Amino acid sequence: MTTDLTRATAAELADLLGAGTVSSREVTQALLDRTAAVDGAVHSYLHVDGEGALGQATEVDRRRAAGESLHHLAGVPVAVKDVLATRGLPTTCGSRILEGWVPPYDATLVTRLREAGMPILGKTNMDEFAMGSSTEHSAFGPSHNPWDLDRIPGGSGGGSSSVVASFQAPLAIGTDTGGSIRQPAAVTGTVGAKPTYGGVSRYGLVALASSLDQAGPCSRTVLDSALLHAVIAGHDPMDSTSIDAPVPAVVEAARRADVSGMRIGIVKELTGEGFQPGVQARFEEAVQHLVDGGAEVVEVSCPSFTYALAAYYLILPSEASSNLAKFDAMRYGLRVSPEGVDAPSAEQVMAATRDAGFGDEVKRRIILGTYALSSGYYDAYYGSAQKVRRLIANDFAAAFERADVLVSPTAPTTAFRLGDKLDDPMAMYLNDIATIPANLAGIPGLSVPSGLADEDGLPAGFQVLAPAMADDRLYAVGAALEARLTAAWGGPLLDRAPDLTEVAR
Amino acid sequence: MADLTRADVAHLAGLARIDLSDAELDRMVGELGVILEAVATVQQAPIADVEPMSHPMPIVNVTRPDVVRPSLAPQDALAAAPETEQQRFSVPRILDEE
Repeated sequence: MTTDLTRATAAELADLLGAGTVSSREVTQALLDRTAAVDGAVHSYLHVDGEGALGQATEVDRRRAAGESLHHLAGVPVAVKDVLATRGLPTTCGSRILEGWVPPYDATLVTRLREAGMPILGKTNMDEFAMGSSTEHSAFGPSHNPWDLDRIPGGSGGGSSSVVASFQAPLAIGTDTGGSIRQPAAVTGTVGAKPTYGGVSRYGLVALASSLDQAGPCSRTVLDSALLHAVIAGHDPMDSTSIDAPVPAVVEAARRADVSGMRIGIVKELTGEGFQPGVQARFEEAVQHLVDGGAEVVEVSCPSFTYALAAYYLILPSEASSNLAKFDAMRYGLRVSPEGVDAPSAEQVMAATRDAGFGDEVKRRIILGTYALSSGYYDAYYGSAQKVRRLIANDFAAAFERADVLVSPTAPTTAFRLGDKLDDPMAMYLNDIATIPANLAGIPGLSVPSGLADEDGLPAGFQVLAPAMADDRLYAVGAALEARLTAAWGGPLLDRAPDLTEVAR
Repeated sequence: MADLTRADVAHLAGLARIDLSDAELDRMVGELGVILEAVATVQQAPIADVEPMSHPMPIVNVTRPDVVRPSLAPQDALAAAPETEQQRFSVPRILDEE
C-alpha cells in the first residue's frame, strides 16, 4: 500500500480511514495541496471547494470518532463533473450562459455522495453542455492530458479523467452521452464506467440528450469504480426513467475478478481498420490475457454499427435543441440585451443571450437538431435515426446471444493534440465511434487501461460492454484484465505518467 | 437531400432563437453541410418496416401520490434570476408595443 495519500486508491483510503490510520481531513488536505500544485498545468477543475470539502471531512472524522456506523467510503473525497447540480456550489456545464449559477438543490447522485460522507472537492471541467470529445469546447479553456500537456484529456469529461489521472482526486463523477466517461478514461490511462441507462438517477443532471445521458464513476482502478458505482446507483422516484430493480453486484464482481468460462465477443466492426496500430496491438494483448484467464473468445458482427455515428449525431442534436431551449434568459443564467434596440422584446433578448452565451459547438448542434426536427425533414433524419437505433439494439441482442460481454478498443486513437480537430467537427465526432452504440442501446460499458501505444507512448483503452443490468460482468472482466496487466507491467500504468509538479511550477 | 443555404441556416437560427453574426452564418453553412452529408447515411440503412426506437428502455408513465411536500422557498427559486420585482421574475416585454 502506498503511503502517499494522493496516490492511494479509494479502496486503500477507505481501509486507512476505517482503521483510524489517517483522518479524512488529512486525505482531503493532501488532495487539495496536490491540486494547488498541479491544476495550473492540467486545468481539471472549474471550481475547487476547499473549505466545503474540509468541512465535510471534519464532520466525517467527528462522526467516526463518536463511534457512528459509517459508509465504507465515508471520508474518501470525490470530484464531480460540472454538469451535476450541487447546492451552494457553482454549476456551469462549461458554459458562459450559466456562469456563476449556484443551484438551489442537489442532484440525487450528489445527495448520495453526501449521505455516504464523501467530501466533494470541486467541479470538474467539461466540454460545454457535454458536447465534445476533447474538453476544448469548455468556455473556460481546455483541460490537459497529464501524460502530455499538449494533448487532450478526452471529452466531454476531460476534467473528471484528468483530475483522477493527475492524482488530485481518487474518484470523480462523469457523464457519458456518447462515450464521455469511457473515451477520457482511455486516453488518460484511467478507468471509467457508463452504467446501464437508468441505473443511476439523472435528477439534477443538466440534460444534453435525455435518452442517452448516463452518469457514472471515474477512478484509477476497477474496484474503485465499482465502489463508487454502488454509492450512486439505484432507483430514484425523482427520475421517471430510473430503473426500479436491485443494483447489480458490481463490487463483488470486481473483487472476484474472474473470467473463467466467460464468452468474450470481439465486435468485428469495432476493431482493425481505422484503429491506430498501437491501440489495436494493446487490444489484442488484452484479449490474450483474458484467454489466459480462462475466457473463450468468439467473433461477433454488428452490421448496423456502420450507421451508429450518423444516427447518434441526429438523435443527440435533436434532443439537445429541445433540452437547451430552457436557456432563455428569463429565470436564471445570463441575460444580454441586443445592441441598439430600445425596450427589446423577450424574444430579442433570448436570441441575443443565446448568441453571447453559447459556444460554437453548442450553436452548431442546436441548429442541426432544429433542422432534423423541422417539418419536411423529420422523417428523413430523426425518424430514420430512430429506426437505426432499433437496428443497433437488435444487433446487440443478437451478439449477447453468443457472448456474455463484448469487447473493443475504447477509442480509435490515443490522445490527439489540442487544436488538431477543433475546426473539423466530423473528425472530432469519429473519436466516439466505438463508444456510441452502447448509448443508443442503453447498455453499460467500461474502459480499462490496456497499456501504452508503441507509436507515441500514450495510454490506450480496452472497452467491455454487457447487456442492460448486467453491469457486474463489466467489473468482473475489467478487474481480471487489470490484475493480469498490472502484474505484467510490474505496477499501475499511471505510475509511469509525469509527476507534473515541476511543470506546474 | 437539399443543400443547406445561408438563408436556411439564418431561418433555423431564428427558429432556435440564436442571433448569429454574419461570420458565424458563413462558417456554419459549410460545417453543417458536411455534417448533414455524413448523417444522411442513416437513410441508406435497411430500415424499411423497422419500428422506431426513441428510448433505450420501455417507458411507462410514473405517478406519485398527490401530497404536499416541501419545495423551494421563493427566495431560493428567484436567487439566480437576472432580474426580479415584487418576488417575481422580471422579464422583457412579451407583447408588441402597438
